[in-house]
Amino acid sequence: MHLRRLGPTMWTIRGPLSRRRYASIAVASFVLWLAAWWSATTLQLVDPLFLPSPGAVVRRFVSWLTEGDLLRDAGISCFRVVAGFLTSVILAVPLGLVIGSYRPVRAFFEPLLEFARYLPAVAFVPLVLLWTGIGEASKITVIWIGTFFQMVIMLSDDVARVPQPQVEAARTLGATGREVMLRVLLRSAMPAMFDTMRITLGWAWTYLVVAELVAADSGLGYAILKAQRFLQTDRIFVGIIVIGLIGLGSDQVLRWVHRRVFPWAGARTA
Amino acid sequence: MSAKLSVNGLGKRFATAKGHVDALADISFNVAEGEFLAIVGASGCGKSTLLRIIAGLEPWTRGEVLVDHRPIRGPDRDRAMVFQDYSLYPWLSVLDNIRFSARLRAHSRGISNIPADAEQRAQLLLQLMGLNLVGHAYPHQLSGGMRQRVAIARALLGKPAVLLMDEPFGALDAQTREVMHDLILHVAALERRTILFVTHDVEEAVYLADRVIVLAPGPGHIDSIWDIDLPPALSRTQELKRSAGFMAMESRILERIRATSSLHSDKSLLCALTN
Repeated sequence: MHLRRLGPTMWTIRGPLSRRRYASIAVASFVLWLAAWWSATTLQLVDPLFLPSPGAVVRRFVSWLTEGDLLRDAGISCFRVVAGFLTSVILAVPLGLVIGSYRPVRAFFEPLLEFARYLPAVAFVPLVLLWTGIGEASKITVIWIGTFFQMVIMLSDDVARVPQPQVEAARTLGATGREVMLRVLLRSAMPAMFDTMRITLGWAWTYLVVAELVAADSGLGYAILKAQRFLQTDRIFVGIIVIGLIGLGSDQVLRWVHRRVFPWAGARTA
Repeated sequence: MSAKLSVNGLGKRFATAKGHVDALADISFNVAEGEFLAIVGASGCGKSTLLRIIAGLEPWTRGEVLVDHRPIRGPDRDRAMVFQDYSLYPWLSVLDNIRFSARLRAHSRGISNIPADAEQRAQLLLQLMGLNLVGHAYPHQLSGGMRQRVAIARALLGKPAVLLMDEPFGALDAQTREVMHDLILHVAALERRTILFVTHDVEEAVYLADRVIVLAPGPGHIDSIWDIDLPPALSRTQELKRSAGFMAMESRILERIRATSSLHSDKSLLCALTN
């Protein structure tokens, strides 16, 4: 039986859209871009030096993977991102928790952090090289500078957004300040904090590439820079796409972990 | 009867750019053991502020609050509070929410499990509040009325000297509220708990309370105290709300609130505009 639909359509602002329609539109968008890329190169509308064909990129990916050291480059880049990111997390979580819990601590740190997060992390690269040399520490430090300050501010906001009645109920149930912080604020804010970390992990990749472009002899960012010197545009494409895929993959994994670990966080109304 | 809770000459004064503003001035009253006292008043009269001061959640500037003849300093488990909403811990099951205060005490003594008597009481409250089927559910899976049952059970677990309730049914629909009224009357009678209840709903106050305090704004002060002469808690039914005696009492209190409220609409102007 054909159902006649009345009322709002999918073109209404915030109108309804079924999951199936969403999926087909998403696939169509991907296919469309790929087709545009493919026809632009096949019809030789652009110089392959500027835009290699999808086929050339795939071939480069395979040869880099089998004959070159794509895995080693990707591995060392992942290591740097994770190391810089985890350093930020380990320092930012306790600091964010205390800033979000105690107003005087917020007053002490917030102006400082707001200033620090507008300092361009990229501009720190020469300074970091001066301080830490060209070893692994320099890459990790650049990622740390790029993510830490943003992360502390966002985490402290996550803590500050915990509904006040949760805090006050705990106090009238006999919780000490320390207990409120660890058993209510931290627990309650955890899903939001986890989301904050997931978002900052994406930024960590940006700073990694910056760090590797300047001072490295391995890693995906370095490989991209080297490919530019040899005019291997297809290799640049592979490098960028691989970084994108790693980012997308880790993001999806973290989203999945979030759903599994915080099943109660779907509706934050209780 | 001895006073379970005494409020003596309580005042709260703010410093503002233009000088001082009194939010509450010279508030004194006693709540007897086992009494159900409701505080009503026009919006902005400071009834919530008063309750929060008694809970120890807000600073005050004059007077004192005594619980069992001892002055309060800050919030503590002898004055557990039920809030309007958003106070449950979404990561804890219903039972674990109810056990919360017992867990805190056990942990502070270095024990990981709560004592048997506390566990027994948690189970009893679960049953009493009609939550036995949802003990392992999470707050976001419950309706607003069920959530408030959990919040009340959680507050009752530690047998507070005074149970403080700040518009606990304000966010519920009218039918759920009626059910909660009869439930809380029975729980109060069974537990013999002293209850201080803030609401803007006069009908609710008259139905539930032994006495009703009308608080008036500017600065917040006690306008009048009403003894509610109704059948004992356990024999009250919803029909009572339609009885002449009940409605007379309700309208007299409403009249006081209207008289002390600063909110008025200009009737003659409205009439002139609509004609």
